[in-house]
Amino acid sequence: MYALNYHRASSLEDAVKLLGDSEDGKLVAGGQTLIPTMKARLAAPSVLIDLRHIQELKGITVSGREVTIGAGTTHAEVAASKEIAQICPALCHLASHIGDPHVRHMGTIGGSVANNDPAADYPAAILAMNATVVTNRREIAADDFFQGLFETALEDDEIIKAVRFTAPAKCGYEKFPNPASRYALTGVFVAADADGVRVAVTGAGEEGVFRSSEIEAALSKNFDAAALDGLSIPSDNLMSDIHASAEYRANLILVMAKRAVARAKS
Amino acid sequence: MGMEGIGARVARKEDRRFITGTGRYVDDMVVPGMKHAAFVRSPHAHAEIKGIDVEQARKMPGVIAVLTGREIKADGIGNLICGWMIHSKDGSPMKMGAWSPLAVDRVRYVGDAVAIVVAETKGQARDAAEAVVVDYDEKDAVTDAVAALQPGAPQLHPEAEGNLIFDWEIGDAKATDEAIAKAAHVTRMKIVNNRLVPNAMEPRAALGHYDKGEDHYTCWTTSQNPHVARLVMSAFYNVAPENKLRVIAPDVGGGFGSKIFIYPEEIVCLWASKKTGVPVKWVADRTESFMTDAHGRDHHTEVELAFDQNNRITALKVDTIANFGAYMSLFSSSVPTYLYATLLSGQYDIPAIHCNVRAVYTNTAPVDAYRGAGRPEATFLIERVVETAARELGVSPAELRRRNFIREFPHQTPVIMNYDAGDYEASLNAAMQAADYEGFEQRRAEAKARGKLRGIGMSCYIEACGIAPSAAVGSLGAGVGLWESAEVRVNAVGTIEILTGSHSHGQGHETTFSQLVADRFGVPIESVSVIHGDTDKVQMGMGTYGSRSGAVGMSAVVKALDKVEAKAKKIAAHLLEADEADVVIENGEAKIAGTDKSVPWFQVALAAYTAHNLPAGMEPGLKEGAFYDPTNFTFPAGCYICEVEVDPDTGQTEIIQFVAADDFGNIINPMIVEGQVHGGITQGVGQALMETCHYDPETGQLVTASYMDYQMPRAGDLPSFKVSTSNTPCPGNPLGIKGCGEAGAIGSPPAVINAITDAIGTNDLTMPATPQKVWKALRAATKH
Repeated sequence: MYALNYHRASSLEDAVKLLGDSEDGKLVAGGQTLIPTMKARLAAPSVLIDLRHIQELKGITVSGREVTIGAGTTHAEVAASKEIAQICPALCHLASHIGDPHVRHMGTIGGSVANNDPAADYPAAILAMNATVVTNRREIAADDFFQGLFETALEDDEIIKAVRFTAPAKCGYEKFPNPASRYALTGVFVAADADGVRVAVTGAGEEGVFRSSEIEAALSKNFDAAALDGLSIPSDNLMSDIHASAEYRANLILVMAKRAVARAKS
Repeated sequence: MGMEGIGARVARKEDRRFITGTGRYVDDMVVPGMKHAAFVRSPHAHAEIKGIDVEQARKMPGVIAVLTGREIKADGIGNLICGWMIHSKDGSPMKMGAWSPLAVDRVRYVGDAVAIVVAETKGQARDAAEAVVVDYDEKDAVTDAVAALQPGAPQLHPEAEGNLIFDWEIGDAKATDEAIAKAAHVTRMKIVNNRLVPNAMEPRAALGHYDKGEDHYTCWTTSQNPHVARLVMSAFYNVAPENKLRVIAPDVGGGFGSKIFIYPEEIVCLWASKKTGVPVKWVADRTESFMTDAHGRDHHTEVELAFDQNNRITALKVDTIANFGAYMSLFSSSVPTYLYATLLSGQYDIPAIHCNVRAVYTNTAPVDAYRGAGRPEATFLIERVVETAARELGVSPAELRRRNFIREFPHQTPVIMNYDAGDYEASLNAAMQAADYEGFEQRRAEAKARGKLRGIGMSCYIEACGIAPSAAVGSLGAGVGLWESAEVRVNAVGTIEILTGSHSHGQGHETTFSQLVADRFGVPIESVSVIHGDTDKVQMGMGTYGSRSGAVGMSAVVKALDKVEAKAKKIAAHLLEADEADVVIENGEAKIAGTDKSVPWFQVALAAYTAHNLPAGMEPGLKEGAFYDPTNFTFPAGCYICEVEVDPDTGQTEIIQFVAADDFGNIINPMIVEGQVHGGITQGVGQALMETCHYDPETGQLVTASYMDYQMPRAGDLPSFKVSTSNTPCPGNPLGIKGCGEAGAIGSPPAVINAITDAIGTNDLTMPATPQKVWKALRAATKH
């Protein structure tokens, strides 16, 4: 890691100001992506602005079926939330399988969503549940938020405050972990509601998280794993690396989707 | 046995400091005035160095020196060597390319060290290392050994035409070819043994300190064999004469072979310390370890196994291409030759064997011994081809093995090894029983009903360890003898110190070596200390690897104990006015058999050191040394059975059970032996299912350079192992020990792959059998 200056922001306003004052400052929450990157000397911000102690970014609020999760909420907190578990256990299940216990007690939903790692778990949930990303400036719909590999709609000085969604009637998440990193080699989140079915895939797409129109169409007719039998997922635009070919990922998308549906229905 | 003697499950004495964070590793060592080093390493797999500009780096904050290859050669520091001479079939010696500790005009693998920066802090050293400008003229690289042998492949060393280091053989080609030609059945396979990164928990480190006042060097290094490091650095690398070089290997966090070798870094740190006048410490980070620790395995092999009408093996023919990486590491030449081909008989009575091995340079990290060193490669080969043959012949895997087991000992194999004692069928029976082998087909059917594929596979392994008889290995090309040393020092009031040339870097020697003394004299193990790892304290020894510390290291201790016991009995007899032959030492006292006359142990010691009343002519003191040279290798053997369940949708393999029935001869501490077997099996499962070191074939970049991409086995990946041992004592050493440190890693991979191929019904599967590979193999099989 290169030498740097560290600031602990006391409020969102403070964080925005610190960010504006520095030339190449970076925001850090759980640091579970940024710190390893800095240790490998692949990133060298001269200023780090710590968001972890900002009160207004914390907390989980559930009102009816509407869930608001502060951006600074850790994965462990989401995984353990009884209120969320009552109406959306799939999200708790997702959070409980991010990384390992050490990662889960540091990593935050705001950080994960802002980073938009193509193999992160949360983007699949956000996209499938049509969640809203609430920032210090505006509210952004999930369909508009994820814009490519590590790219989001966030402006340079925009900070996520919370993630808000209405828990779907039925949802489920299943991921096949990368055997080494335990990131999603392929993860599928299915959400079924009166409005229809949304299916988001992470870990597989060359441009990051995406919705699978083929699977959505099949499940809209029949929300059952059997509806996906014989379906073929195209492997173009899927990632291919030493861990999995595009063809294998295409297979996993289908298998994980079936298992996610089974979870949603159980 | 006693509560703390041989065979007792004594808790490890050394664990206290290891699990409370008070161990003292090289990185914990601090010398006043110590500075920190970072190495400038090649980002290219193959390039000429046109120039190195260190000016900007030298001016950076905290920098004390930036030193290059030209300077280290100018000071007369020698090139790294391989210490085991292998000759090719045509009689020519192996073609050793020059390996300067810092590259001078060419780099040959990503990570090849080019310069060292010494600075006040680690961060400053790294910053300055990035500012060193090296003008590289990139060349084409080749990472695959088979490709490197092809005409037109990039050439690494002028000494090795066609990248061929040696073309060696063993056995009887004529007899083998004849037997194959007239065989009733021949099983043929192409087998790859995948390259592994050793991944000891502690990365390598070195602290070099030249003391100007004393004109003396001290080197703290993560070594499995500090005396060998001292010998080699003195005799071959010209760092200093031996008497001016102290090497200390303190607590070392695992080695698995990777810390046997003397690497460029420790040599450079010592030299840099003299050059700069300050102690120089370097500690690898994990990616540096991935790039530069000697890798393991990496064989491509073609094998033919011939049978007669009665399914008896008549011949085995093996042709192996072994990837050595960019330079010949210290023991590299022995691993795919005398530690590999000599095990090709396996547990079977094979009349004719021939093995040809070609060693090849490629633009990858140097390859050398890694847990098992040659024996996992041999065992994987034999146990895969035997299992495959069983399937082809329509015979049960157990039955085919039984028919071919060696049953009479000693047994001379056609490949040098003479097996001393064993009972292979006993292990097979024990394993099959423990695994409920008979009930398997029912379990397979039940799994099928759930949509899953079950398979079962076995591996009847044998290995040769306890290395090794010095004259024998000398005649085979080894540059050193492989004996071991011990001194047993009884202190004035009766506590005991064992000074051993063995080195403990996870093996628990401080406990097990103490158990030998507790067993011999009945003194508590708390009163016994084991001292190792410092060339100033301990007499010359050869270190720990090749599962030798029990068979060889302990045998030296036993010989020294014999001498101490003899003298102690003389003293006791004198004190008790009795006959020496009537003295028995047990329970911490010396007594006269059949009487109540006794004297406590401490008093015997005190008598020796006060010398007021010793037998006439006896020297004072009670301290004896011994050197032990083994008369043969030892031959642990056993049977492993693995049962798996494959998810056909994803190709994911779950290990349902893993049974190990090992014969390690006599055992000192069963708990520690179990630990060794657990760890070894885990490493073998890692090789079979998960681990692969991947270089990009085009660029030679190391793609698997961190745990993001290199999958290590985790506890949750494994079931609780069912381990057991039987015992045909080793006739070759006083304790009857065979050794156990590597067996788990040797015997397990074929059991796993045999099980998966049984589950999916196709044999076309390479290690690691990742979910993707298994899924693809299944699809390819069902297409036909």
